[in-house]
Amino acid sequence: MGYTADLMELIKRVEKTRPERVVKKKAGQEFAALTLDQRRDRLEKYHPDFRTGALRELKIGPSKGVSIAQEIADTFEAKSRVDPDKIDFDEVHYETDVLVIGGGGAGTAAALLAQEEGARVIIATKLRHGDANTMMAEGGMQAATKSWKDSPYYHFLDVMGGGHFENDPELVRTMVLEAPKAIAWLEKLGCMFNKWPDGKMFTLHGAGTCRKRMHYAGDMTGAEIMRTLRDESRNRVKDIGVLEFAPAVELLVDDKGRCSGAVLYNLETEEYFIVKAKAVIMATGGSGRLHMSRFMTTNHYGATGDGLVMGYRLGVKVRFLHATQYHPTGAVFPEQSEGLLITEKVRGAGANLVNIDGDQFVFEREPRDIESASIIRECEKMGKGVPVPGQAGRFGVWLDSPMIDMLEGEGTVEREFPAKFILFKRYGIDISKLPMLIYPTLHYQNGGLAYKPDGSTTVEGFFVAGEVGGGVHGANRLMGNSLLDITVFGRLAGETAGKYVKNRPDIGKLSVEHVRKYHKELEDAGIGLDRVSPMVLPDYGNPEVKKRQWTSHYVGTLR
Amino acid sequence: MSAMVQEAVQQNEIPSEAAARTDLVPIFIMGKRYMVPSTLTIQKAFEYAGYQLIRGCGCRGGICGACATVYRMPGSAKIHVGLACQTVVQPNMYLTMVPFFPANRAVYNIEELKPDSQTLMKYYPELAKCMGCNTCTKSCPMDISVMEYVSAALRGDVEKAAEISMSCVMCGICASRCPAELGQYNIAIMCRRITGRHIWPLAQHVSEMVDKIKSHRYDKPLEQLMKADLENLRKLYVERQMEPHTAPEDWTPDDRSFL
Repeated sequence: MGYTADLMELIKRVEKTRPERVVKKKAGQEFAALTLDQRRDRLEKYHPDFRTGALRELKIGPSKGVSIAQEIADTFEAKSRVDPDKIDFDEVHYETDVLVIGGGGAGTAAALLAQEEGARVIIATKLRHGDANTMMAEGGMQAATKSWKDSPYYHFLDVMGGGHFENDPELVRTMVLEAPKAIAWLEKLGCMFNKWPDGKMFTLHGAGTCRKRMHYAGDMTGAEIMRTLRDESRNRVKDIGVLEFAPAVELLVDDKGRCSGAVLYNLETEEYFIVKAKAVIMATGGSGRLHMSRFMTTNHYGATGDGLVMGYRLGVKVRFLHATQYHPTGAVFPEQSEGLLITEKVRGAGANLVNIDGDQFVFEREPRDIESASIIRECEKMGKGVPVPGQAGRFGVWLDSPMIDMLEGEGTVEREFPAKFILFKRYGIDISKLPMLIYPTLHYQNGGLAYKPDGSTTVEGFFVAGEVGGGVHGANRLMGNSLLDITVFGRLAGETAGKYVKNRPDIGKLSVEHVRKYHKELEDAGIGLDRVSPMVLPDYGNPEVKKRQWTSHYVGTLR
Repeated sequence: MSAMVQEAVQQNEIPSEAAARTDLVPIFIMGKRYMVPSTLTIQKAFEYAGYQLIRGCGCRGGICGACATVYRMPGSAKIHVGLACQTVVQPNMYLTMVPFFPANRAVYNIEELKPDSQTLMKYYPELAKCMGCNTCTKSCPMDISVMEYVSAALRGDVEKAAEISMSCVMCGICASRCPAELGQYNIAIMCRRITGRHIWPLAQHVSEMVDKIKSHRYDKPLEQLMKADLENLRKLYVERQMEPHTAPEDWTPDDRSFL
């Protein structure tokens, strides 16, 4: 295994330019960053969101007329998985104060805070508790915690600039002010952030940051956070119940229009269950598995945007769903690593991006959308991409990780990026000696359901937390603000919902009236009647096998 | 089915288009033979074979631990392990995923724990049953020295146990193979949480900043930014001072009025 002979030959060009690039880096001479106007131009010409056909206008629902990604629009313009007439509301299977939909970082943080308010909680999750994009987040978590050089003021500026100043400023203010508190909370739960012996935390730059404020736990920060939150929720097993392999497929309302529970689907027994709840927190995460513009993705298997469509049918508006984030550095070689995220921290630690000639073509710490557009430009327009072996017509560029050992000392790559180091070692590639071949990969849903800083929405009893929500990142999230988002807004939504249920005396008659209305709208518009959503699981089935499944019946992608 | 039975089945197979393809290799999923492309991971091979995965599939990136897989190669008694999403198929491998394996887990209050061996023995008395066979280490798909951290935990060296187990994905293979019936990965996360909470000092600068925010130090500066028009905001953004990449930890900006 390892790189092919052709690639090893090309790597020599990277090695030839490396010493000089290291000298420049050490001297603080960076490749020129783009101006704001140049950024705009680069995006419009090369970012996938701007390609013809990437977006379409919604024809029905609360955000009618708004343009969003085609693939998400397909799930919005579709019928419910469950026929409203088939739901039996006489038999309620679970009753709780707060139902959290989604067992990732935001959902689990929300469950913990709701429990602290005295609520009984059920977490319903599609796969296992913790199987979520949170687990996969590598680089770190931004927070202005070092008051001798940083403050929420600068964090705010960075977030707004990264999001092209379109972000919801109220949400941003809340996020940057709550950030240090979120770090302190995780630390007290026992998260092992990288630290000096006196307890001071290591922090690094991320792309688009003016101060080093990214806190991290090796290159598995999200995993460390997720497993700690999950462990803590298991300690509170008396109050927090978890239903695994039981995705929600529709929300319930009562006769006053308040969100009052959900319909769950047991993926294994194929039964539906009714959960009655005084509050519902939607925390289903993103939608990378919808493969926008047919890109490969770094996302978790369950990231099919289920919460978006459930919330949309309920009447909640969406924001920024025209903006999909492509992570600049997804692995393209070897084939089994395809789409795999190479954390931005590699660039934060000093690694250049270089083309087939070993030349730099972009500053490595531009915001993600700019960086991605620049890589696409280098490959498609400039013709300076490196051909991916065995995949005709596909190209990548080099992420020059060996620079890091030259800058920071031998062994840094192995110490700072243990997970990736081991992974590539298995492929026969030592990333402290050889660069990685990368290309942008679908990574994050910048937008989502509209919500207020306390997690509440326009629908009473319905709260939103994490990637399923939209607004705080504008059209482009910066690195390290996603783990921050899920922790901050997970906590806030949990606290708000926990307080809300104390003042909600009753749940009226349950129904799915909103779904009936939505179906009527679909019928009137004559669209989406042959589709169902949410998707629940992506379809990676083999079409040859499907042809022979003579008696199988598929509803959407599920058999 | 045994390999021999599979051979017999294969002899009766009518050559299909697929059989003529040279890029396919045979693998045995739970004893049953499928022809799959040789470049696929075990996870993708399952899907190619016709499975729609519900269990045994999570991040598809080697970190969530949902797809622990055990396999053997013909002619060898050795049991191999790997994550299905990270392991490329090999011709004639016999495999099964182990998507779940029950393990003991203690319920505890993190605030009350002490970093010593008594604490660990109280919550996980089965630790003492470890017979040092090292099967756990040999079966870890993340190449963690599992037995070494179990020993450290037994000695009460909680921090050491935490450090060794850092890259644990909690897939549970160690627990499935342990003759002493330990749930190693649950013991490991308890050690890590004790380390993070009680052994490593808490970061002073974090609590200081939390206090500063509570004192409303940043309310006005943030209010200014929120009121600023786009042109002004862009100007402030462009002109904000960058901490140099190579700056020392104690670097301070020129303008300190917003700190």
